[in-house]
Amino acid sequence: MRAHSTFSMFRWIVARDLTLAWRRRADVLSTLFFFVIVVSLFPLGIGPETQLLRSIAPGVVWVAALLASMLSLGRVFANDYQDGTLEQMLLTPQPLYLIVLGKVLAQWLVAEVPLVLIAPLLGIQFNLEPSSLFILFVSLLLGTPILSLIGSIGAALTLGLRGGGVLIALLILPLYIPVLIFGAGAVDASINSVSAQANLTLLGALLVIALIFAPWATSAGLRISLE
Amino acid sequence: MSRVNAFPLKVQYNDAARKPTSTPGGIATILEVVNLECVRGDRRLFRDVSFSLGPGTLLQLTGPNGSGKTSLLRIICGLMSPESGEIRWQGAQIRTLAEEYSRSITYLGHRIAVKEELNSLENLSIASGLAGCELSPDQAKAALARVGLAGRERLPARFLSEGQRRRSALARLINCNTALWLLDEVLASLDQAAIVLIESLIGEHLSRGGMAIVATHQELHISAGSFQRLELGPSGMAPVESGG
Repeated sequence: MRAHSTFSMFRWIVARDLTLAWRRRADVLSTLFFFVIVVSLFPLGIGPETQLLRSIAPGVVWVAALLASMLSLGRVFANDYQDGTLEQMLLTPQPLYLIVLGKVLAQWLVAEVPLVLIAPLLGIQFNLEPSSLFILFVSLLLGTPILSLIGSIGAALTLGLRGGGVLIALLILPLYIPVLIFGAGAVDASINSVSAQANLTLLGALLVIALIFAPWATSAGLRISLE
Repeated sequence: MSRVNAFPLKVQYNDAARKPTSTPGGIATILEVVNLECVRGDRRLFRDVSFSLGPGTLLQLTGPNGSGKTSLLRIICGLMSPESGEIRWQGAQIRTLAEEYSRSITYLGHRIAVKEELNSLENLSIASGLAGCELSPDQAKAALARVGLAGRERLPARFLSEGQRRRSALARLINCNTALWLLDEVLASLDQAAIVLIESLIGEHLSRGGMAIVATHQELHISAGSFQRLELGPSGMAPVESGG
């Protein structure tokens, strides 16, 4: 009975956030277009120097992914905070950990997955080989959930603050550095025909650690912000 | 589902310390608030606030704007921690009960948690699902009809007036079997018919043995249960009066 109600709570949260995102499609699309445009500006600015483009591709795509995720993170809790839903969530008989996990999952599905799917297409502009495009896709697939999880901590802590958008970037971007290094490193390795396995394994390890600790830290942040 | 089972209250005592005290009338005390003090920023809102509630009791909170009515309600539901003092539920501190306590309360605040993008039916079923008591579509429709939103179930909340939005938030109380209701300024922007509706909802809740704490300036006309009034004053004094 208890396991059932815990699961159904998780389902409620994810389904609700996906419905809300569908009703606010413009927000989701703006994040995606931001990512597409930032990545596409580099080949246009640098010109057809294939070797140079290929070597900067991992860094450019990954940095654009970090910045795009900053855009959507502010919204994870802000709307629910303003209309009082977050208070109700804190008062539910289910663990806050699960609610946070559900909201982060929904945010990842809505804001990050489209970006992961379109990244290989953008990689073609940088003259990447199909094998590197695949590694780019896998590294983003492993890395973007970490961005959502770590970002939710910053979103919770900056809730209700004026200028929260800038503050969240200052708080969270330094924490993204390991993800950036291993994610871009994996693609870089594959461009240089070295195995990307080490970098991808480390990304996987980071994901596990973030899954365990980030929702817990976010829950604590939410309780502080709502006092 | 667990929320439905949480009421009627099962009182269990592990040791003498958890045993609730009795009020002079002989009714068991469920919620006990002892010497609560609240400080926001560098201002003390109130101190030495003490009261106890048993089944079927309504407590009306009054006091000028800024006297700490909302803070007191938020402290009682566990969203804020008090500067000093404690809150006991069936003899145990609410902090140690955590989710068990959350299952027994319903809080309706200033911010009513109605999403503009969702229609009334979605708002109601999601809010109830979050609170742990899922509603069937028929139950949800019946609840919305009772608050006067029949025919407007599928209208997004942004097309509703402020009063109608508040009514759709009130629909949550209809199938809600929690023991303690905490209602903050629920009468704001409501017409006379809706005020009568709230009064009857609270009355039904009290006659089932529930408890309610309502912060409002308006007179409540509720016949069932026993009634207490707590006035929070600007000077931090909090005299308690009891009445019929």
